[in-house]
Amino acid sequence: MSEKMKLGKVISNGIVTENPTFRLVLGTCPTLAVTTSAINGLGMGAAATFVLICSNLVISLLRNFIPDKVRIPAFIVVICTFVTMVQLLMQAFIPSLYDALGIFIPLIVVNCIILARAEAFASKNGPVASACDGLGMGIGFTVALVILGSIRELIGNGSIFGMNVLGASYEPMLLIVLASGGFLTYGLMLGLFNLIVKKSEDKKKRKEAEAA
Amino acid sequence: MTENMNILLFFVSCVLTNNFIFSRFLGCCPFLGVSNKVETSLSMGLAVTFVMTIASLFCYMIYNWLLVPLGITFMSTIAFILVIAALVQFVEMFLKKSSPTLYSALGIYLPLITTNCAVLGVATLNMNNGYNLLYSVLNGTFSALGFTLAIVLMAGVRERLESSHIPACMKGFPITLVSAGLMAVAFMGFSGLV
Repeated sequence: MSEKMKLGKVISNGIVTENPTFRLVLGTCPTLAVTTSAINGLGMGAAATFVLICSNLVISLLRNFIPDKVRIPAFIVVICTFVTMVQLLMQAFIPSLYDALGIFIPLIVVNCIILARAEAFASKNGPVASACDGLGMGIGFTVALVILGSIRELIGNGSIFGMNVLGASYEPMLLIVLASGGFLTYGLMLGLFNLIVKKSEDKKKRKEAEAA
Repeated sequence: MTENMNILLFFVSCVLTNNFIFSRFLGCCPFLGVSNKVETSLSMGLAVTFVMTIASLFCYMIYNWLLVPLGITFMSTIAFILVIAALVQFVEMFLKKSSPTLYSALGIYLPLITTNCAVLGVATLNMNNGYNLLYSVLNGTFSALGFTLAIVLMAGVRERLESSHIPACMKGFPITLVSAGLMAVAFMGFSGLV
């Protein structure tokens, strides 16, 4: 039972407490580039989640065989294998998404989230915990991408997941879908997230003070 | 004559209209991470320029003279990243021996370049766009100069932000991203130039 709870905590850690996008601010390039629509964000998130789970699992299994000095190149080769698999699968089965994400699929290799988790978690923990960590981080990343993608698509195009929400009379604000809108939306969301975290921490502190 | 003109236009397009950071989102991590001071960001920019130029050259040669004849182009990502990692290591060792002053100036930024997506990005873009050898190398150099321009400008802005009054929740990354967004709006003014 406690084992299961520990794994649950590992997963929720990636989604909330150490959310890679909003808390750790890692992997900013794909975050800014692919969130022009909710569906692109979802696709990128799913691809990154798959790579995270698989690479964390394999690296964790190999952690006792990889010499310490060449661990980074070894990690990159493992990650790269799974990225190439995702790239070929996507090209074969979802060509429209493959075209939309373009150069950012091979660039999952240099996404700092994946290498950071390999280095910080998978190289020190067992395979099951590592796979769970990959799952949690992947979901956290996906949720963040979908939130950002939805906001940008809603303001810049008047729709979410391709469905028109705001009606035909809405004048779309194109700027938000363009490059500068990515920076602005991400920056403002990050500020909002900081504000929420600070508020909840203050509340906790006040409660503790009252209890004491 | 026209060739020179083409190269000039290519330069403008790489540095201003298709700026790596403000229109392609490549290399955002070091852009946000190391743009605190003008001097350090200039060193980072120069190190990236150096590595990106050599990496474009080597990745072009590996892709066209090794992967294509052998019919294993699906290995391109893995080949490029290994070439880049090896190059960065090599450049680091070479600089350490030949020019200790430059080495100490670039020092900690060199290993970071391996995971800079701009370097892998430029190699992949060269491959996708089918540039020849000359244009691949030029694309590497010019794009990196655009990156340097962006990171130095950003450092200038951030040095001023340090002393200004900002709401607590917007300090650090959020305000940097918002300023980067406003700079991207300015860079949009260059579109249509080429």
